[in-house]
Amino acid sequence: MSEEFEPNIVGFACNWCSYAGADLAGTSRMKYPPNIRIIRVMCSGRVSPSFVLKAFQMGADGVLITGCHPGDCHYIAGNLKCEKTMETTRKLIDVLGIGEERLRLEWVSASEGSKFADVVTDFTNHIRGLGPILGKSQG
Amino acid sequence: MNSEAIVKETRAYHCLECGVCTSSCPVARVRPSFSPRLLVEKALFGFGDEIVRDRDLWSCLVCGRCTSRCPSNVDYLNFIKEMRIEASKLGEKGLFSHDGILNTIMELQSLSLRQKRTSWITDDLEVADEGECFYFVGCLPYFDLVFGEGGYCDVGLKPTERARNTVRILNKMGIKPVVSNDERCCGHDLLWNGDLEGFRRLAELNLKTIEKSGAKKVICLCPEGYVTLKRDYPSYLGEQDIEVVQLYQLLADKLKEGKLNFVENGSDNPVKVTFHDPCSLGRIAEIYEEPREILSGIPGIELVEMERNRADALCCGTSGWVNCSSCSKQIQTERLKEAEATGADILLVACPKCGIHLSCAKYNSDIKIEIKDITDLIVEKMA
Repeated sequence: MSEEFEPNIVGFACNWCSYAGADLAGTSRMKYPPNIRIIRVMCSGRVSPSFVLKAFQMGADGVLITGCHPGDCHYIAGNLKCEKTMETTRKLIDVLGIGEERLRLEWVSASEGSKFADVVTDFTNHIRGLGPILGKSQG
Repeated sequence: MNSEAIVKETRAYHCLECGVCTSSCPVARVRPSFSPRLLVEKALFGFGDEIVRDRDLWSCLVCGRCTSRCPSNVDYLNFIKEMRIEASKLGEKGLFSHDGILNTIMELQSLSLRQKRTSWITDDLEVADEGECFYFVGCLPYFDLVFGEGGYCDVGLKPTERARNTVRILNKMGIKPVVSNDERCCGHDLLWNGDLEGFRRLAELNLKTIEKSGAKKVICLCPEGYVTLKRDYPSYLGEQDIEVVQLYQLLADKLKEGKLNFVENGSDNPVKVTFHDPCSLGRIAEIYEEPREILSGIPGIELVEMERNRADALCCGTSGWVNCSSCSKQIQTERLKEAEATGADILLVACPKCGIHLSCAKYNSDIKIEIKDITDLIVEKMA
């Protein structure tokens, strides 16, 4: 099953670092799986737990949030806020039965095009291995 | 159901245009342009299409004050519910508070996911997988993560403590309740927000879970869960072979039987408390006296009533996690001030949601009164 399964991944990338990192990966023609749909947000701190849950509810198999490295945030500490919020979000999706391993937060700077490609490749493979969310269903 | 059918079903054509509904409405009190009477009138004159597109349809708190006072017996609550069901078919919805997170949590529970919702159970609690009595926990495990420490809307609450309290009390009564990991949101909010399909899915899953446990009796702490299981499950999914009981009904009986006892109070000065009737426990389920009987059985407690109590009680300001507005805050503040005016030290709440809403209004205000759940008090004083 896992060979045929192509996961849907929703990515939230911050405008100032990660989205530019994704852009660099693209302009440098680095390859990464096409499963991710990137949504640009002004800051990773903008990502509310509700966005993450809504993504899962609408059929995402994994959610990847990327932001500036700590200390580099354009808004000083939005990424740290995101890190804190995602801690409880992880608990929330675990209680819901989605599984905390389906949410990942990574720091990618504007110069790290290759890191962005690596992160997306790794996360896509990880989710592919986990299978669809309802694959874990109780029937 | 089209608006004509809704008018028929809810006896709206009996409307005398007396305006008791609007003058009783807590929303209309703080926002005069909101008028329950006008909504009913519109339906009577065939402007149903206008109502389903009207944002005011979602401002109603479904507190039931108008329904309980209407001299013509118009079922305003169901009028709003059916109109919302129609409106949501057209893609209309209320403005969700907290970014819609609670609504999404409810919708996610209707999928066949294997939840991990029972981690609140501590070692001192005795629960079973199968048995006679099913304790329907409801949304409490999720409220902990949204309104608790580090949560998205941290107002410093620990709602699962109410679940632990309930099991503690039941254990004391010699009941070892079934608590299931497969239980889901009861669907109350989805139903009242017009999502009939979502409600049905949740209800079917819950009924299956209850049936599997072999329980014939379901105990609810949450008044909304109680009315949903007791009234809405049978009316939408047919008669069920289960008895649904509200915890305070059960405890009032146990108190009379002498099975619920409290420790004697050492001091002569009683603690003054006041009690906020939740809409769904009071006006909707008509359970007014049971919580008061329990309170009168606790030594060292003096219950002082607020000016508006029982059927006249004021709503906690918002329902179904929609349209929480400045009106809601005004209503909540008014209620808290009313509680303070009684001279009570503690405001007792009987619904976890009332507790959340009133605590939210108290946050960042000068209101001093302590907000406490009745179960906290019972566990504290139980002998």
